[in-house]
Amino acid sequence: MPLNIAVCVKRVPDTAAEKKLDESDKTLDRESVESILNPVDEMAVEEALKLKEANEGEVTIISMGPEAAQAQAIRKALSMGADKAVHLKDDILHGSDAQAVAYALSQVVKKGEYDLVLCGAESTDARTSLVPPALAENLNLPNLNFVKNVEVSDSSVTAHRETDKGHDIVECQRPAVIGVVWGANEPRYPSFKGIMAAKNKPVETLTADDAEIDSSKVGFAGAKSEVLEFGARPAERKKIIVDNSNGDAHVKLADFLQEQKFI
Amino acid sequence: MSDVWVLLEHSDGTTTKVAHQLLTGARAIAAETGGQVVALFIGKGWATAKERIAKFGAAKALVAESDEIGGYVASPQVEITARLIAEKQPWGVLFASVPTGKEVATRVAARNGLGVLADAVNVTVQDGKPVCEYSAFGGSTLVKKTLKQGPYLICVKPNSFVAEESPAEVAEETVDASISEDSKRVVLKERVEKEAGGRPAVESAAIIISGGRGLGEPANFSVIEGLADQLGAAVGASRAAVDAGWYPHSNQVGQTGKTVSPQLYIAVGISGAIQHRAGMQTSKTIVAINKDAEAPIFQMVDFGVVGDLFDVVPKLTEEISKRKGGA
Repeated sequence: MPLNIAVCVKRVPDTAAEKKLDESDKTLDRESVESILNPVDEMAVEEALKLKEANEGEVTIISMGPEAAQAQAIRKALSMGADKAVHLKDDILHGSDAQAVAYALSQVVKKGEYDLVLCGAESTDARTSLVPPALAENLNLPNLNFVKNVEVSDSSVTAHRETDKGHDIVECQRPAVIGVVWGANEPRYPSFKGIMAAKNKPVETLTADDAEIDSSKVGFAGAKSEVLEFGARPAERKKIIVDNSNGDAHVKLADFLQEQKFI
Repeated sequence: MSDVWVLLEHSDGTTTKVAHQLLTGARAIAAETGGQVVALFIGKGWATAKERIAKFGAAKALVAESDEIGGYVASPQVEITARLIAEKQPWGVLFASVPTGKEVATRVAARNGLGVLADAVNVTVQDGKPVCEYSAFGGSTLVKKTLKQGPYLICVKPNSFVAEESPAEVAEETVDASISEDSKRVVLKERVEKEAGGRPAVESAAIIISGGRGLGEPANFSVIEGLADQLGAAVGASRAAVDAGWYPHSNQVGQTGKTVSPQLYIAVGISGAIQHRAGMQTSKTIVAINKDAEAPIFQMVDFGVVGDLFDVVPKLTEEISKRKGGA
């Protein structure tokens, strides 16, 4: 039972890098920071590769963004073992919010016949986790989100959905959109052979027109949210030091943790 | 409309702390919009929920009570919430920024053509519109966002508001709880409670409690684990502790281990050698407990306790447990 699997991936700024806002349009200046394949998307790719290995089939990477997205995110996913990629690239997409991204990706997904569409359930930059369920909604497909242990049987797919008390075992029919949770697996490292092979794997480039994207729904025009302010959060340390000679330091520390909303 | 809705997070009517926090936060927002706080209840156990939320000032409740809904994941809430928003046009709806709340909010948004903001850590009102604060890029950046058009859908992170009681009479309106076949596509097969020791991974945890040489012997990591479980935290270890074989390398934080940037990092019995600091210095909040007042770790803390960890940590664990017991 070969599976045709799509994995939507994005690039994110390296978490260790300095971030800069492009003052002209209040979006992240992505050229100024080192980018990597979103680590949670890497887990989605790994989950897709495992499903392919167990069931046969094909894994297609779908990514949206400027040229650099291809170099970094797509190549990494292909070198891990994905078969091919579709790169949606168009200036009108710049400034798209999560809802618009989900809509644009859904238009690309509609061009294929996929049994499963996998995504990382979140990205390490925005962390909003909005794209997978919004993608499902745009495709009118069921959505298993924040899941791991993805398994397929005849016509259905089951997975473990994380809850704050443990996990739920959830099931739906295919096709479906699957949001893979952080820690679902240990993504493989691309082998040297994989890296070399990736250079020859097909990457199809689509414009917004190719994907039949309604330009009023994407970019700044389609964005339903708006950034008012954006700034570095100062990393100044408070340097409060208490001595436990009275034996009550734990109370002061608990007060501090409560103030900081950790309790 | 000016009403502020809260989608109640609950389990068979037992509303969660975050539901109470959102009701409290919604009161402040409704005071600005000139509307009422309306609790939106979907599922079973309304009688229980009603009693619980009356304490937190909901003026009104929309009640979609149904036994059937619990067998499906998220979609019934999406359908009912979307339907009610289209019909009643509130100012906005607050959702808990947890997996289910975010999934419901974003699908409602897509369905009704609305905007949505996730992970807000505070919500205020300016010129009738929401101003949502949240942290981005792993917490290094503070962003204020708004939505261009209402009804505004906003997911608020747990503990962003402090729940405060303000008893009110809840006026209740029963609403249509029926769902379509499409909302029955994702079936909940089985609910599995967390197995003991299932702690988050060091790489992704929001809170990490790390132990070092100061623990003295491997068995004493249980002191760290007790505190970690109280805070839902991961357990980390310094290189000294790992090299001594006290804890696995997968949990090592530092130059030769994991580089982490959690919201809260508590270093226990760790002196703070450069090799360790390199792995955790971007943590948002750093706490250290060490008996040596001269330990370099104290130069980089937000809060430091100079004292015996075997005295401080168990008492802290108990204190946190006590405080968490409240509403």
